[in-house]
Amino acid sequence: MNAEANGTSTRDASPEPLIEFRRVNYALDSGQRLLHDVNFSVARGETLVLLGRSGAGKTTALKLINRLLEPTAGEVLVEGRSTMEWNPIELRRHIGYVIQEIGLFPHFTVEENVALVPRLEKWSNERIAARVRELLEIVELDPAKFAARYPHELSGGQRQRVGVARALAADPAILLMDEPFGALDPLTRGEVLTEFQDLQDRLQKTVVVVTHHVGEALALGTQIGVMDGGKLEGIYSREDFLRASGPVTSAYVALLRMQERAEEEDL
Amino acid sequence: MSLLDFFLKQRQEILQSSIEHVWLVGMAMLLAVTIGVPLGVLVTRRPWLSRPILGGANVAETIPSLALFGFLLPVPWLGGRADRMAIAALTLYALLPIIRNTSAGISGVDRAVREAARGMGMTDWQILYRVELPLSLSTVLAGVRVATVLTIGIATIAAAVGAGGLGEFIFRGLAMVNNQLILAGAIPAALMALMADFLLSVLERRLRPVR
Repeated sequence: MNAEANGTSTRDASPEPLIEFRRVNYALDSGQRLLHDVNFSVARGETLVLLGRSGAGKTTALKLINRLLEPTAGEVLVEGRSTMEWNPIELRRHIGYVIQEIGLFPHFTVEENVALVPRLEKWSNERIAARVRELLEIVELDPAKFAARYPHELSGGQRQRVGVARALAADPAILLMDEPFGALDPLTRGEVLTEFQDLQDRLQKTVVVVTHHVGEALALGTQIGVMDGGKLEGIYSREDFLRASGPVTSAYVALLRMQERAEEEDL
Repeated sequence: MSLLDFFLKQRQEILQSSIEHVWLVGMAMLLAVTIGVPLGVLVTRRPWLSRPILGGANVAETIPSLALFGFLLPVPWLGGRADRMAIAALTLYALLPIIRNTSAGISGVDRAVREAARGMGMTDWQILYRVELPLSLSTVLAGVRVATVLTIGIATIAAAVGAGGLGEFIFRGLAMVNNQLILAGAIPAALMALMADFLLSVLERRLRPVR
């Protein structure tokens, strides 16, 4: 399978959104509301970044997409179908999932980790081997060197790449990432971030990223959704984001300006 | 007559009793693992069952072994046959460490690993078999090791109800005030416990998940 060819094929697809939230609410059994009437949609090939402070409901929103959580009111649609109508196992295998702690299986080698979903989907051994090699090359890990290693023999950045390769294994149209670069040191984070941008340019996946890092949001997002207290303050393009007037959004923009000034003074 | 001469003279009988002993312990451990591991998993899946199950196993542990044989005597199918009764009692004693370690091992699996497994579309069974059990195997085995050593010791009391094993020598020695007879039961039992402990600890180390 060629990743490039695959990328271009998704570009001319229908304009129908791949992910859609319709007045989605999520409350805990205790009655505490974590999401309040959230509406948004993500078109094919777009990257939506959910930005907000801890506890704003970003991760909750993400987990509603692959039905790790179920909405208490409203609907989440994936490929036009409510997640409640999907078989959750089938839905999750359609969607790549990367979390901050990565969660690589410590008793599996890099190769076995990446091969997990194809194996669950009962691909042939040759096809799996070829796919693993292709993916490791995509995330810039030499298969000859890394395929047989265990996660504890990798650096943080390398583990992160394996996590991304694993999420891409069965070539899902959608990729969900929860603070994917949060645990990395700033330099490694910068590298992995740039690599991921290149990767996304080629693969054109539909991506939803959760972050509290405003720089990361601007680097990755084609749309930026700002969340606060379980509500969506607004969804902006990169340009609109810098001019937006919502209190949280403008606080983020002010922060960004401050960081830029600090960098200029350093120079 | 030195102890060694005595052992050599009695070696047929000692061997016979050791085989009985191994059989009692082996059967009890097989049953205890078959029952204990699923119960340990159940405790992690239904936390409200944790108190009754662990509490029950805890209570079983506190019953003095002679009394336990007494309680089992009137139980149909068990009470009639000394070896069945002994195996049932030994199984009860072996349960607690196995249940406790299974549930501790599974709860100890990294939350992120479990969440990744679920997010990737593994079913509950796949998560259990491919992720949780392999990762907790060494902890489960540590429980089996503790239970085995414990059971080898307690199994000597099985002779009191006529189930055989190395306890035969000990009870006869006690009745006849013959230290050599007591040692003919106690030493092989102690060696057996040490050996089981060593072999299982080697296995446990080899199965310890890499970090």
